[in-house]
Amino acid sequence: MFKWLEKNLPKIVMAPAVGLIGWFVYGFVLWTLYISFTNSKILPKYELWGVGQYVKLWGSRKWLIAVDNLLIFTALFLIFCVVIGIILAIFLDQKIRAEGVLRTIYLYPMALSFIVTGTAWKWILNPTLGIQKMFIDWGFQNFTFDWLVNREMAIYTIVIAGVWQSAGFVMALFLAGLRSVEDEIVKAAKIDGANLFTVYWKILLPMMRPVFFTSFVILVHISIKSYDLIVALTQGGPGISTTMPALYMTQTAFHKSQVGLSAASAMMMFMAVAAVIIPYLYSELRRENAR
Amino acid sequence: MFLRWFLYFVLILFALYFIFPLYVMIVTSLKTMEEIRQGTLLTWPSGLNFDSWAVAWGGRGYGAGDTFLKPYFWNSIKMVVPAVFFSTFIGAMTGYVLTKWRFKGDQWVFLFLLFGCFIPFQAILLPMARTLGVLGISNSVIGLVLVHTVYGIPFTTLFFRNYYISVPTELVKAARIDGAGFFKIFFKILLPISAPIIVVTVIWQFTQIWNDFLFGSTFSFGEAAPIQVALNNMVLSSTSVKEYNVDMASAIIAGVPTLIVYVLAGKYFIRGLTSGAVKG
Repeated sequence: MFKWLEKNLPKIVMAPAVGLIGWFVYGFVLWTLYISFTNSKILPKYELWGVGQYVKLWGSRKWLIAVDNLLIFTALFLIFCVVIGIILAIFLDQKIRAEGVLRTIYLYPMALSFIVTGTAWKWILNPTLGIQKMFIDWGFQNFTFDWLVNREMAIYTIVIAGVWQSAGFVMALFLAGLRSVEDEIVKAAKIDGANLFTVYWKILLPMMRPVFFTSFVILVHISIKSYDLIVALTQGGPGISTTMPALYMTQTAFHKSQVGLSAASAMMMFMAVAAVIIPYLYSELRRENAR
Repeated sequence: MFLRWFLYFVLILFALYFIFPLYVMIVTSLKTMEEIRQGTLLTWPSGLNFDSWAVAWGGRGYGAGDTFLKPYFWNSIKMVVPAVFFSTFIGAMTGYVLTKWRFKGDQWVFLFLLFGCFIPFQAILLPMARTLGVLGISNSVIGLVLVHTVYGIPFTTLFFRNYYISVPTELVKAARIDGAGFFKIFFKILLPISAPIIVVTVIWQFTQIWNDFLFGSTFSFGEAAPIQVALNNMVLSSTSVKEYNVDMASAIIAGVPTLIVYVLAGKYFIRGLTSGAVKG
């Protein structure tokens, strides 16, 4: 008995973690999947109902708006975060004075919650007392900036706040990537007469492929999950114009009490994330094994 | 030379953009509503007026409808401390086993745990709500501790596993030949050299859990809510006049703990951020 215990101790120590994750992650996802195939309203029902909830979901105007918003947000969020992140990383890589201070400033939003920063942005972007008033007081009488309360434009305020929060993160990833390149490569290229621009454009950035890939995966993952920022900034409004899937899911479940429908939307989100993450984990693991 | 100036110009411009919301938050929190209406976002406050901070933290002193952050701040502390402790401890143990007591298929077990880092939590909210109800701990700090511990395990495992993998296995083997057992090796050999990764993990978990809103708002309401939920409720509750100075003071109070940790231990924070992301 004691021998057996000693031999299997590592596995026994592992058991709680594996059990908890097995139940609370995989078990729960399957549970949600099951609910999505039932006609659950306020309380879960457990008779199968088929794919009715998915049909309903993709026929819902609000869900289509949510998906639309997600696509717009993801595209802009990706582009701006990556472009700003790369510019900052390359510029910081030029033996800049006070690099540490600047880096700290670029990254501090990552330490704050989206609720905190969303509250701040909401105040800055509100038309009566925020940026609009600032420009009018400075003498630009016709200046208008009412995106926050404008149905067509409100989604872009979420992009502004989201990019502000996450661009520094991309900078940190690229800076770490650039610093890991050996100096010899850059020196050799300079001896061959390449200027700084060519060195980055032709040599260093192409070497950053894994970093691009990582940034892409992380940013898409953040954007699919984005919830807090929208709650703090717009609550999905004006109207339903800034609804995104994560917000749709919780509203449908906890305000509209359409549990089955919200489970279906949760599964769509799950599949979207899985489609991005599984290839990523696979390639990371292969890279590790190759080493 | 021109290029140097251009570099600094762009870098400082971005620095201003990043610092702008924080600046606005701080100056707004120090103004009276009268000053806010008369000046602009950037106007310097007339003095160090901490009234709105006092209101945000301790309320106005009348009974009904007076929400303030103090009790919720303590809720968050009561939630964060045990959740960080348990998830870090479990992560250290699993990381240790996965690297130093390898078994057949351990790669798959690691992948199994790792996937938990990425799942959209919407896919587990409904079963979790039900489970917490059955356990009788919905709308309680204990429930949130459980939730945050469980969903922190994938991250903490990842951190410790990637750290311990670079510790020479020969050390462990030699200790084993000397007759040291599973726990003795952990406490005598690995734990003493684990300080950096413990710091990274604790900071990461602290920041994540302190800043969480989804779990807090779904599984708690009223008196058991953590601070982010309370902040959101305070800002959204539409009393007759919107008091932006109090809103900003509240936001700063809710953000200050993680901000302090970031300023003091930014190096470790960034390490967690990049290793949580880059490595798999």
